[in-house]
Amino acid sequence: MKYVDEYRDSELVDTIAERLRRITTSHWRIMEICGGQTHAILRFGIDELLPSGIELVHGPGCPVCVTPAALIDKACSIAVLDNVIFCSFGDMLRVPGSHADLLEVKSQGGDVRMVYSPLDAVTLARENPQREVVFFAIGFETTAPASAAAVHQAEQEKLSNFSILVSQVLVPPAIEAILSSTHNLVQGFLAPGHVCTVTGYEDYAALVRRFNVPIVVTGFEPLDIMHGIYLTIQQLESGRAEIENQYTRSVRPRGNEIARQMIERVFQAASFSWRGVGEIPRSGLRLREAYAQFDAERRFGMESYTTPDDPQCIAGAVLQGVRKPPDCSLFGSHCTPGHPVGAPMVSAEGACAAYYRYRRVPRRRSDNSQ
Amino acid sequence: MCLAVPGRVLSIDPESVLRPGRVDFAGISKQVSLACVPEARVGDYVLVHAGIAITRIDEQLAAETLDLLRQMQQQQASEDTQL
Amino acid sequence: MVDNFTLSCPTPRPRDSIVTLSHGGGGRLMKDLVDDLFITAFNNPELAEKHDSARVAAPGGRLAFTTDSYVVNPLVFPGGDIGSLAITGTVNDLAMAGAVPHRLSCAMIIEEGLRIETLAAIVDSMAATAAAARACVVTGDTKVVEHGKGDGLYINTAGIGLIPTGREVVPRRVTAGDTIVISGDIGRHGIAVMSVREGLAFETTIESDCALLTEPVELLFGAGIDCHCLRDLTRGGLGAALIEIAETTMLHLDIDETAVPISGQVRGACEILGLDPLFVACEGRFVAFVPADQAVHAVDALHRHALGVGAKVVGTVAAVQPDERGLVTSRSSLGTRRVLDLPVGDQLPRIC
Repeated sequence: MKYVDEYRDSELVDTIAERLRRITTSHWRIMEICGGQTHAILRFGIDELLPSGIELVHGPGCPVCVTPAALIDKACSIAVLDNVIFCSFGDMLRVPGSHADLLEVKSQGGDVRMVYSPLDAVTLARENPQREVVFFAIGFETTAPASAAAVHQAEQEKLSNFSILVSQVLVPPAIEAILSSTHNLVQGFLAPGHVCTVTGYEDYAALVRRFNVPIVVTGFEPLDIMHGIYLTIQQLESGRAEIENQYTRSVRPRGNEIARQMIERVFQAASFSWRGVGEIPRSGLRLREAYAQFDAERRFGMESYTTPDDPQCIAGAVLQGVRKPPDCSLFGSHCTPGHPVGAPMVSAEGACAAYYRYRRVPRRRSDNSQ
Repeated sequence: MCLAVPGRVLSIDPESVLRPGRVDFAGISKQVSLACVPEARVGDYVLVHAGIAITRIDEQLAAETLDLLRQMQQQQASEDTQL
Repeated sequence: MVDNFTLSCPTPRPRDSIVTLSHGGGGRLMKDLVDDLFITAFNNPELAEKHDSARVAAPGGRLAFTTDSYVVNPLVFPGGDIGSLAITGTVNDLAMAGAVPHRLSCAMIIEEGLRIETLAAIVDSMAATAAAARACVVTGDTKVVEHGKGDGLYINTAGIGLIPTGREVVPRRVTAGDTIVISGDIGRHGIAVMSVREGLAFETTIESDCALLTEPVELLFGAGIDCHCLRDLTRGGLGAALIEIAETTMLHLDIDETAVPISGQVRGACEILGLDPLFVACEGRFVAFVPADQAVHAVDALHRHALGVGAKVVGTVAAVQPDERGLVTSRSSLGTRRVLDLPVGDQLPRIC
């Protein structure tokens, strides 16, 4: 596949790995923000290719993981209603709220349907005028344009039976929270390439200036990630702290203006309670007043309430990169992919599920003698 | 997050506000919205996430990234032979 | 419930248009349904006896015996339907024990409201597949459940096969050093079914690889290959099949991901849906565990059959290290290895 395969070239990956071995003289801790990057690192074993001085920490870039349990409870409450068609990305179907997940609601008779795009949910609304169609709008800024387009489309078509349950989060406030924490040990960041494709990277440049840490906007294929790590290490080894863009084929400094306008028209910034982390101001999106009719929480009269997280679950610390999943007393025993307690165990690229899947056996060094 | 995949634009329907188009991914095709990439033409590559194209891939910059890394490879090889 | 046929079905069409609870009641309606549809379509002397049990001649030697239930939705998909799948799956399970299919049973649980036309077409599909497998459906059962209590149709098939003397094809025989051969490319069935699912539809020419495997398996034996074990790939794809064998044998199976054959379209679909192709369902593919010195010979033998043209060596049964018992590892294009683990349930498309 073009623009995929070339960035999986093993010889070029080896080149960068060798380069890293030559330039790395200290121990450095780098966080990759995006769950998609975590997934690629684990699937391709990229951390195995790095010199031992480089430690990769998995960040909170998993909107599935950070969606509050209370919101999933609301989703389940709506999905169980008779007249509702509840649409969701596949990612969210197995994430537990405080007592159930959407697949369980489906098995009890709720009309829960998996969709690839929020626009598919709009199609369902158009085709089923007698039913209430609700879309679970989760995601970071990458997904916000699609959700915004869906609401805009529904408005254009004057659909009165479509609404979205919003769980849109923003990345820069999360990085700011991590960097502001006294527990922070992260020295450099790989910024999420697809989020920045939409937003650009001015906010990240501001973080660089404020906290004096290198941030490299990075793509998702093995070569992109290795390259992004290399640029970060180069900066750290030379004492620089700058914003750099590794993912130039996709990311421009100001991102995609039209996509940003689409988001702006429909959404505004709001405070968001990150599961396992807590409330971060202006770190999420909510629908503007003009679009209130498309807000499922209002439409279905959902009271806002908080659900306490399991005290033994250390998802928050894991998401901020200060603890690793095996540190958790529940890891691998009470909390497994089959019976998850916290969201990072459910999501395919949540740090806990990733550790469980890929690290049950001590990994050997890559065997290039084959 | 953010599984976004590059695909080639096969056709565009300019009439609708969402600018739907068909995009090819290694032989399978899907209808997506091209509303965020009005500059995309048939034959261009776009990055698609959740049914919407979020950018047009800059083919020149893509090639430059690979060239840069190939130069690194050559430089490394010549350093090795000098040792 | 989807039924989107245009039919040219030779079976005489009953007068009613949909199946009702009365058809399951054991009365006249049911008898007519069974006679008109099933007995006519499956058409063999043992079935025609219309007895509570089919009486089958038992040649000497060992029998293989298997059963499976089919709950696929939609009932019809590119490249097949629940009927062809139900016969194929059971015949293939027999083939994996080195058995030639002999007799089959078929039990149907029909949801009230299913169109008789749809049922007739599926039964015809089963009959055609059974004929191609040279096996007869000699006994069966029919039940009807209330509307809302079934996905249109559930089918259970069971099968008896004859194992030629001297063949011992069983996981226990898998040995360190064996080569793992796959009969063809992966993921077609899963992607074909997904391509017609509401909410995920995409355009593809991919069809299910649903196919009878008896012939390519017999080609292997005919070529003198000592198959230690055979396993057909179904739900959960190649990954699930290997993990099952690894956990049964407590050996370490190691595959080269770059050697696993996969078509461009299946790969494209997996990329956009975020699926791991190793766990996408197949239906007309199998893996064979053969002695290393017979691997090339085995691949050549399979290449001689239409269903085996894509056959390749994909891995080996490794010497067992204490911390790697019962594991499957996969080597990536970068040379790194990961442990394969079963997804919790069906793999779901993702956007993250």
